[in-house]
Amino acid sequence: MPEMDIDHVAHLARLELTAAEKQQIGAQLQDILAYVAKLNQLDVTGVEPTAHATPLQNVLRPDEVRPCGIEREQFLKNAPEQARGLFIVPKIVE
Amino acid sequence: MSLPTLTIHELRQKLRAGEVSAREVTEAVLERIAAVDEKIRGYLWLNPEDARRQADALDQAGACRDGRGLGGIPVAIKDVINVAGQPGTCASKILQGYVAPYDATVTRRLREAGAVLLGRTNMDEFAMGSSTENSAWGVTRNPWDLERVPGGSSGGSAAVVAADEAIAALGSDTGGSIRQPAALCGCVGLKPTYGLVSRYGLVAFASSLDQIGPFTKDVMDAAILLGVIAGHDERDSTSVPRPAPDYVAALTREVKGLRIGLPKEYFIPGMDREVEATVRAAVAVLEKQGAEIVEVSLPHTEYAVAVYYLIATAEASANLARFDGMRYGLRVRGEDVVETYGRTRGQGFGAEVKRRIMLGTYALSAGYYDAYYVRAQKVRTLIRRDVEEAFRRCDVIATPTTPEVAFRAGQKSGDPLQMYLSDIFTISCNLAGNCGISVPCGFVRGLPVGLQILGPAFGEEQVLRVAHAYEQATDWRAQRPRL
Repeated sequence: MPEMDIDHVAHLARLELTAAEKQQIGAQLQDILAYVAKLNQLDVTGVEPTAHATPLQNVLRPDEVRPCGIEREQFLKNAPEQARGLFIVPKIVE
Repeated sequence: MSLPTLTIHELRQKLRAGEVSAREVTEAVLERIAAVDEKIRGYLWLNPEDARRQADALDQAGACRDGRGLGGIPVAIKDVINVAGQPGTCASKILQGYVAPYDATVTRRLREAGAVLLGRTNMDEFAMGSSTENSAWGVTRNPWDLERVPGGSSGGSAAVVAADEAIAALGSDTGGSIRQPAALCGCVGLKPTYGLVSRYGLVAFASSLDQIGPFTKDVMDAAILLGVIAGHDERDSTSVPRPAPDYVAALTREVKGLRIGLPKEYFIPGMDREVEATVRAAVAVLEKQGAEIVEVSLPHTEYAVAVYYLIATAEASANLARFDGMRYGLRVRGEDVVETYGRTRGQGFGAEVKRRIMLGTYALSAGYYDAYYVRAQKVRTLIRRDVEEAFRRCDVIATPTTPEVAFRAGQKSGDPLQMYLSDIFTISCNLAGNCGISVPCGFVRGLPVGLQILGPAFGEEQVLRVAHAYEQATDWRAQRPRL
């Protein structure tokens, strides 16, 4: 079983971990990966994957604007930073 | 008889007859909470004034006099389901201070049915756990033994119903998070079929597995509460457009000729032998009532936990990407946006959530996607086929809900894998998308044991009928925790 590259995975997950967390999570995940390796005992050739258990497919509705009945302010109240009816976020494009 | 100990159907009669008002019922439950929640710590948030206002409004509107619905019934809601105007933190620091701007569909249905929405119950952070020890706001205690866990992740909902701090509650079940705590706290908990109950307004953990369901004091109440929350909702595209049947009418007490399957893989070496004996005795009660017991096999059961922890964590890693410190909750500033994301999430999430995001991200990452995620999805197909095959031979399946009674706080919190294995009997139901209930079936060393009745997809009526027939033939509910 491959050793997990903790720094790489933490970066993909946008998760800043302390050195102690990296060590602990790394060790625990190795145990868990060793456990889930039991799935390799099964021959799954020709078996279709199951993504969900609903009988529904492609549930669509008309692409129309409908009022949601909630004021914009209600949503903005939860924002860490907001002004003039907008979310304030860090600069993303230089 | 003190009001908080009564069931929905018992209180409905009193409310209809005008013997009590919604205000009196709510007041009695609030008094009970004030007396015992210091020990249980099932509630994260409670606003007595708001609850009284709701009750008074119902009394004034005469909403409790029709004897139907939930008029005047105080209900508690897991902290993962939105109630407009109430906090909703999913027991996570990353959502500290969040106030829900809108009602979940189940919340709206409770309001329309006349329920009093009491407050928010404790849970494992983002519903990830089996003991409620992963809450950022402290642990909830099992009413039967305060040294032990209530189970999880909906441990708060189970504990407040068992301790008469609510008449009923809602929880969510992704791998057993309703049935396992119901079993450990000695109440009834039902996980509906995938697609029966709308998840609009439920904070998503693993979208192909999550369902909302009821915690109640008896099976009749589970049928009543399920009837209120079930049914199609266009706001959840996985909600199945079929009318919800009359679940109360399904409680005929009649199990004669019904085939109950016993899966040999669910009576395993290593499980508590007294729990096994208790569950076998419960099955014998149903056999005596005329049910036919047949052996069935679910051969891929031993792979269910592995499949679950790959699929659930993969879906969680995607769902929890929305907690990035931009639109709600915590924001911890960094040098640039990527560092802000990393710090916010690093400081906002607890250990178990981080562990699962890491596992899920890894299982979906380039080079490992086929080996882990797709393979797990293929084995999920095998598990689903097992369940479908078993239901060709029987009407319902009976199993223990858990392999053991409530464990001590701290006993498993250092060993994630041992914690995961405590869900071994409940997980397949989420993977296959069918339904299941846990009903109290006795005590081992003074702690409750749950009998799990599984049904096929949309088999809630059969499941409730069997659980009700069993419950009516026994009187476990007469035993109450001493607090």
